[in-house]
Amino acid sequence: MIEFNNVCKSYDGGLNFAVNNLVLRINQGEVLALVGASGCGKTSTLKMVNRLISPSSGFVSILGKNVLDMDLQDLRRNIGYVFQGVGLFPHYNVRQNVATIPSLLNWSLRAIEERCSELLTLVGLPLADFGDRMPRELSGGQQQRVGVARALAAKPEILLMDEPFGALDPINRGELQEEFVRIQKSLKLTVVMVTHDITEAMLIADRIAIMKDGCILQCDTASVLLNDPMDKYVTKLMETPLIRAAKVTKLISATQGSDYIR
Amino acid sequence: MSDNFDIQFFQNFLGALQGHLLLTLASVSVGIIISIPSGVVAQQLPHVKRPLMLIISVIQTIPGLAILALVVAVLGGRIGFLPAFIALTLYSMLPIVRNTITGLEGVPKDVSEAAKGIGMSRRQRLILIELPLAKPVIIAGIRTATVWTVGMATLATLVGAPSFGNYIFTGLQTRNLEAVVVGSVASAALALILDAVIGLYQERSIERSRGALRKRSFFVFFYKFFTPTVLICAAITVFWPVKPVDVVVGSKGYTEQHILAGLVSAELNGAGFKTEKKIGLGSQVIFEALRGNSIDVYFEYSGTVWAGHMGREDNPGRKVIREEVERYVKKQGMSFVGFAGFENRYALAMRRDRAAELGVSSLKDLASVGESLKAGGDLEFFGRLEWFRTRQMYDVDFGEKLVFDTSLMYGAVASGEVDIISAYTTDGRVAAYDLLLLDDPLNAMLSYDAMILGSERMAQRPDVMQVFSRLANRIKDSDIREANRMVDVEGLPVSTAVVFLQSIID
Repeated sequence: MIEFNNVCKSYDGGLNFAVNNLVLRINQGEVLALVGASGCGKTSTLKMVNRLISPSSGFVSILGKNVLDMDLQDLRRNIGYVFQGVGLFPHYNVRQNVATIPSLLNWSLRAIEERCSELLTLVGLPLADFGDRMPRELSGGQQQRVGVARALAAKPEILLMDEPFGALDPINRGELQEEFVRIQKSLKLTVVMVTHDITEAMLIADRIAIMKDGCILQCDTASVLLNDPMDKYVTKLMETPLIRAAKVTKLISATQGSDYIR
Repeated sequence: MSDNFDIQFFQNFLGALQGHLLLTLASVSVGIIISIPSGVVAQQLPHVKRPLMLIISVIQTIPGLAILALVVAVLGGRIGFLPAFIALTLYSMLPIVRNTITGLEGVPKDVSEAAKGIGMSRRQRLILIELPLAKPVIIAGIRTATVWTVGMATLATLVGAPSFGNYIFTGLQTRNLEAVVVGSVASAALALILDAVIGLYQERSIERSRGALRKRSFFVFFYKFFTPTVLICAAITVFWPVKPVDVVVGSKGYTEQHILAGLVSAELNGAGFKTEKKIGLGSQVIFEALRGNSIDVYFEYSGTVWAGHMGREDNPGRKVIREEVERYVKKQGMSFVGFAGFENRYALAMRRDRAAELGVSSLKDLASVGESLKAGGDLEFFGRLEWFRTRQMYDVDFGEKLVFDTSLMYGAVASGEVDIISAYTTDGRVAAYDLLLLDDPLNAMLSYDAMILGSERMAQRPDVMQVFSRLANRIKDSDIREANRMVDVEGLPVSTAVVFLQSIID
């Protein structure tokens, strides 16, 4: 559905490349995670899909059509965008935040109300209880749920997510990740998501693209990446959560029975 | 008399309030209409931002009075509301433009990125998201601009637009402290009220942009009732019908002129005409204003027209100057009413005892002692033809030359701070301080016969011209000197001096 065709991006006129000759294909209904260290080019890659930045060379296409040839506003309205900062409009209440794009598209008031209700129920914040609240009255997790609802308002088929759960505490994060998987399945969304947390990628994504220095080292399912890594960096990255889990398990069993854990 | 004065005072006060408020609101409104779009454009285009900020910052550094004078000059000498309005509008721009830019730059990056990401166009982002969030900062700029403008509107008096400055400048020139206090307090009160109204609105917009709108509180009560009340009062004041004025009387900014303008107004009012005064105008401005029908009548002096407007540097004597000046003003299209009967020329003056001590009685005697003397001149004297001629013809120069406001100059010579000053022959303080006017055998000083000049449009008003004519050739040197003395030395109100002159004419 989304294709990167030899895409390069340089911010300094060609001296350094944030994204270097990237070729990638994301299938319909698939969740693809872009994983790598900070500065590896994963966010730049993501933002070239909805043209928040433009490629220096090569092109991104959706359903075979170059995104640069599409109307910018249409393109963005048909692609949901969720990021760590959330960026809810502070002067709008929850309902108005979600209704922003439907209002600009001149939907009928009833259609807007129904859509808000549907989406807010989907993200677990019923309209009746939360519709009139202002963003500052919500917790971080609730704000991100509203952000997701707003991104989905115009019924996009594609969702871009940039560290969407990055600012949340571990419990909220786990809950939201699970809910996201449910929502994604029910709406059959095609999702590209950026994260530096390989565990999160393993739990959510169908395929994981490991990036380093603007290039994709390997792109495949988690089990293939683990069992058949093509690069030392991939091995190291994929093993990290397993090693950590083992350490934690060991630590817990060593202290079992003591007063430390009852 | 006192009742009369109070009614007059009250009407004047309403007129000043109306003028001041109208000028402020019009200038700030147009300032907002120009400045916010400029700020928006500047914020998006860095190559526009720098030059724009530079230009409006430079405007801001020009002193208020100078910018008024510049606008009057650019408009070809036109005085009144328009030049004051233009100058104040220019002046109000800086804080609004600057705060618009700051406000837009202060919109959180996350919010702008979200607005972009969900597919809002540049325009939609600006109108729905960025401007509403920048609003508190922009309003803070408008608030600053309003307070500045209220303050600067007092200067509008000097280009003939009524404001509370009428009280301040008349008061300063005629040493009437109450008038200065009334003008200053009224202007400050107006500034505080407008500041409070905008402040409430700003508070409200801060709450709104943060999504923390208070629903019930004293503040909301205040916001909902105080603001509309003030706005309604302001609207009533601004649109309160003003009776059309028959004659606009002009005056320059010193005591004698205030008295003469008062005299013309009193005579016209007595004959049933409605008048308006434009006071404190500069000599160049007032002449142009009369030529452009912005004012209808004022007292001018032949020497001023001769040197200042005709550009003559010779002195053919009093009679020739009178004739040529009369011919000149008629050629300018003005209505020449007649000479008033008195002359107010420059004369160098010394304290009598000091003059005796040095053996000085004429300008001729100064050549030998001049270098050891300290001289005081009014704001213009040392740049005027009279001084150049004196210096050359009598071969005199002074050791030190100081410039004073007229009201301080006489005190300076009386106290011995300076030895000699550029006095006016009709000034009441010459006698009061026992000053000796030095003889001028070589005619270095021009003659300054006072004359009544009417505007071109007054030529079509024989009824008004008849009232003007009643003043011609009726005031002697001693009369005007006494009137000046009443105000400058005895501290009586201008209106008392006017009554005195009326008693002489009738």
